[in-house]
Amino acid sequence: MGRNLFQKVWDRHLVRMLPNGKAQLFIGVHLIHEVTSPQAFAMLRERGLEVAYPDRTFATVDHIIPTDTRQRPWQDRRAEEMVVALENNCRECGITFFDVASGSQGIVHIIGPELGISRPGITLACGDSHTSTHGALGAVAFGIGTSQARDILATQTLALDPLKVRRIAVHGRLQPGVYAKDVILQILQTLGVNGGLGYAYEYAGDTVENMSIEQRLTICNMSIEGGARAGYVNPDQTAFDYLKGRPYVPTGDDWDKAVQRWRDVASDPDATYEDEVSFEAAAIPPIVTWGINPGQSVGVDEKIPDPDALPEDKQDSARRALKHMRLAPGTPIKGTKIDVAFVGSCTNGRISDLREVARHIKGRKVARGVKALVVPGSQRVRTQAMDEGLHEVFIDAGFEWREPGCSMCLGMNPDKLVGDQVCASSSNRNFIGRQGSPKGRTLLMSPAMVAAAALHGEVVDVREVFDYDSTG
Amino acid sequence: MALQPIKQVRGTGVYVPGDDIDTDQIIPARFMRCVTFDGLGQYAFYDRRLDQSGASLGHPLDDPRFAGAGIFVAGRNFGCGSSREHAPQAMYRFGIRAVVGESFAEIFFDNGIAMGMPCVSVGHDDARQIGQAIEAAAKVEIVVDIEEQIVRIGDRSIGCTMPENGRQSLLAGTWDALEVLLAGADQARALAERLPC
Repeated sequence: MGRNLFQKVWDRHLVRMLPNGKAQLFIGVHLIHEVTSPQAFAMLRERGLEVAYPDRTFATVDHIIPTDTRQRPWQDRRAEEMVVALENNCRECGITFFDVASGSQGIVHIIGPELGISRPGITLACGDSHTSTHGALGAVAFGIGTSQARDILATQTLALDPLKVRRIAVHGRLQPGVYAKDVILQILQTLGVNGGLGYAYEYAGDTVENMSIEQRLTICNMSIEGGARAGYVNPDQTAFDYLKGRPYVPTGDDWDKAVQRWRDVASDPDATYEDEVSFEAAAIPPIVTWGINPGQSVGVDEKIPDPDALPEDKQDSARRALKHMRLAPGTPIKGTKIDVAFVGSCTNGRISDLREVARHIKGRKVARGVKALVVPGSQRVRTQAMDEGLHEVFIDAGFEWREPGCSMCLGMNPDKLVGDQVCASSSNRNFIGRQGSPKGRTLLMSPAMVAAAALHGEVVDVREVFDYDSTG
Repeated sequence: MALQPIKQVRGTGVYVPGDDIDTDQIIPARFMRCVTFDGLGQYAFYDRRLDQSGASLGHPLDDPRFAGAGIFVAGRNFGCGSSREHAPQAMYRFGIRAVVGESFAEIFFDNGIAMGMPCVSVGHDDARQIGQAIEAAAKVEIVVDIEEQIVRIGDRSIGCTMPENGRQSLLAGTWDALEVLLAGADQARALAERLPC
């Protein structure tokens, strides 16, 4: 009987079954960053333990790093303390740290794939819930807490229960102006924010098969917003072409052997799933969230719903959401005024996202009163963007061009909303207070939609304001 | 280092209603700029408890009637969002020792187990009724019985569930998995050697 990718990767990494019924699972790659690692290393030291597999551990600094200056020490004393702790821990334990001096620093879920560290058929864990991102390359990748990070540092294993797998198939062609971000927002809207509890999502279907790796990364990134701890796409020629030549992938004969192994790890044609759901790509519009969780969204042409008209289990959250967002039921989402526009994050901070924004804003200007930022996801993305002259397009239009980091996604570094500002954001979470101000309000959307909103000072439909005819 | 089995958790309760309470609410990101978990308790639910001038918003966690509560009662999808262990750590250091809710986000649940703070699920109406019982009699003792899978409050017994393997690790004292995982180190090494790059 056929197995799906999750089952194959699980079986391959299973060390043993534990007395409490959990599995001891080997973790192929452990990614760490400055927020969830200090306590893990401290716990290790308390027990007199060492890092078991430093060569399977890679570090970056992303959440707290300022994006307007690289000058050290950072003004935020606490943030400086955290990065110094990471520097010390990596040096003492022999762990590769992609720091600013390395030229490879960036958001952890952006640098893993671009360095070829994330790859098909491995288990990958990181103390960050968006670790699901790496599944786009056919890895089983998931977020963990600090105690679990300690477990991996000490043993390179975790005690886990397996996930069920839901196959989510997307069919057909996306309309112009509709992006991978809209696909995952649609999936979350339909399946809900806890529909994926206990599941890994396998994203499949011809729409996904025709997507680039960067588009697949966007989709897998937000699996956790649906409650699914992991999400993946079966590795295929697109994945192999993406990985070829990257710093950490095999070369020569080893490359050919790796590709063969990677082909084999894809789900078998007769694989079984817990359940399956389908979506029609052509029916997906540009989507905007109106609420305080990523599932509370509507198409850009639609109106904000009336909580009373929603299913009973969604009403409480909807009422709280509209109260916080100060949006009225029955009003169109289009025309919602914005104060800030943020292009970046592990969801949409890659070169293809930046190119798409640059293409549409060229020669146009950010609306008066809007603060707009473009934050490249990594130093490599930044360098590539500058080689292509994209930064000049952003700056000419009135966007601030920043250094790589998590920036305004999550309010742990100086990039924060102020007061009750409304932010059009290409990030992944719109929880109350997420972007650094308790009264701040976040509207999630694709990078192109963020750019369009920046130019107009309000939510608009990219299909009406940008030209999609010339490239189709 | 043998850990204490956790079979029952006793305490008075505090009810925080609402679905989809996320980890940003439980611990705002700005309080995560730290290298230890020490002192996090005071920041639990900070922006829901205090306004920007520091004045109390009248949150149940600050209600003197529920002071010292060890059992936190919640709604659906509690702890959704980030994998940050700072969230259950802040609650634990605030004084919470167990959470009774309708459902839990997976990573939050796992983090709770790893720390020895069990999260048990009860039905939608049961969660509400437990909450109302606490509001009617603030100091009523609640017993979260992991072994029997029952939440006792006053003279009521309400069935609760939790994923079986998590439950077994609490009962066996292996909820902090590190010792158990270390015992498999040789087998892990053998597997690692068999893995392709």
